[in-house]
Amino acid sequence: MSSTIHPRRRVRTAALALTMAGALGLSACGGGGDPLSSSSSSEGGDAASGDIVVGSADFSESILLAHIYAGALKADGVNATTKTGIGSREVYLKALDEGSVDVLPEYTGGLALYYDKEFAETDPDKTYDALADLLPEGMSVLEKSAAEDKDSIVVTKETADSKSLTTMEDLSKVAGEMTLGAPSEFKTRSQGIPGLKESYGIEFKSFRPLKPGQATNGALKNGQIQAANIFSTDPAIADNGFVVLEDTKKLFGSQNVVPLVRDDVKEQVAETLDEVSTKLTTDKLSQMLKRTDIDKEDPDKVAADFLKEEGLG
Amino acid sequence: MIGSIIDWLTSSASWSGADGILARLLEHIGYTLLVLVIAAVIAIPLGLWIGHTGRGRWLVTAANALRAVPTLGLLFALTLVLLPVLPGDTAFLVPSVIVLVLLAIPAILSGTYAGVEAVDPAARDAARGIGMTGVQVLVKVELPIALPLLISGLRAAVLQVVATATVAAYVGLGGLGRFLIDGLATQDYASTAGGALLVAVLALALDAPFALLERLVVSPGLTGRTRPLRPSEPNRTAPAGGST
Repeated sequence: MSSTIHPRRRVRTAALALTMAGALGLSACGGGGDPLSSSSSSEGGDAASGDIVVGSADFSESILLAHIYAGALKADGVNATTKTGIGSREVYLKALDEGSVDVLPEYTGGLALYYDKEFAETDPDKTYDALADLLPEGMSVLEKSAAEDKDSIVVTKETADSKSLTTMEDLSKVAGEMTLGAPSEFKTRSQGIPGLKESYGIEFKSFRPLKPGQATNGALKNGQIQAANIFSTDPAIADNGFVVLEDTKKLFGSQNVVPLVRDDVKEQVAETLDEVSTKLTTDKLSQMLKRTDIDKEDPDKVAADFLKEEGLG
Repeated sequence: MIGSIIDWLTSSASWSGADGILARLLEHIGYTLLVLVIAAVIAIPLGLWIGHTGRGRWLVTAANALRAVPTLGLLFALTLVLLPVLPGDTAFLVPSVIVLVLLAIPAILSGTYAGVEAVDPAARDAARGIGMTGVQVLVKVELPIALPLLISGLRAAVLQVVATATVAAYVGLGGLGRFLIDGLATQDYASTAGGALLVAVLALALDAPFALLERLVVSPGLTGRTRPLRPSEPNRTAPAGGST
């Protein structure tokens, strides 16, 4: 049902593409349910043929990723535009399904959980493979990146150095003298305190329930707490030089950043976006989010700088 | 829903331990008393002074304007400012106490001031007339007469502080607010509703001693509860508000 609905934009673009095809004297090829994909990729650099819309959710990281994707596509001669801040996953996936957007930044574990409420896989590759099977017809994920936005335990640089901490396994020996600050639900949920104990044998001296954001970051920085539960790409990490302890046992699952695309544009965008994904890391994402969220720079400018530095722009 | 709240309130598991209702209740009472003592030490002498001298009335107005300050916003702001300055857990306690003291001061200050202000000038003059000093007038005449309003100011402050001390949980402290915030975060609505119920019950329970205090310390002549000293006195039968 939903795949047969074509919103106004697609119809108009399709009509335009057909008109141009007629004007160029090309005979219609394909002519199936995909008026755009087959003809556009064969026509190469023609601007009107490859009108790709990159959408995003309504949080800054997603918006930044959309600008990175769109920027890389433009650099490769694809006419890409952005439609950022669409809303929650429920809303933007509908937009993708209807075809009002063609590409979205997504997260492997989160997206898999959306399609399978019982999803419990934690290994990054297995999560990615399982996700590919879970996706509805008409959508695909391209190559995943190393960048992950997920729960993490962070400590200050001083703590990491003095207690020689790099992974969460290192934490089990010294957690008994540390206070953990985290949102209050972390205390009871299975990936929180109970999970830390079960997977790593980590038992903190005490638990301080704190709101995410400045309260948690400030308390960690100023020593009221010695470890904090912060998202792994949080700009506060780059801003304060916090150290993310590696989740070697994948307690927090896998949330690799991955482009989710409509099948009808896949061929056109895959090569470019796969290259972007090879360059993205959690650390780079955190650095960029520091610029957009703390220094209040425009996400499209930050994205352009990233692409230039990585030789993609 | 009501069943699960009753279950939560009556199960022994939810009462015991460092996160239990008993511990949280004691923390909540602790915050409330600490805040009230600080607020009273500031507001009562100030209110007496303003009422007695008639100077600095603007302070009462200014204090009342404080009521408009959003407690939660101020708490977040203060916490962020004080986090780098204060060591350890005081960084969470001090901002919470400050905002609650600011909340309690207006009620106590206005009550005290209004009580002294409302003293019949004739009583004051009479006191001076028999040779009382200013301090004696304040302590022996004005303060006793001001007591009913002063205590009602305290009672208003208690109610507000008990209800608002739940915000301390927002900055990582304990108290009954933990049940509200943690309950919402984990979608444990029985604990949220149960916590709210406990706050209301605690507010009423703490109000009772003040009502008793008022009965004990306020001169019977100032209350509506006047007992005739001698049964034969005519004031027993005289209609209290009767106009002739």
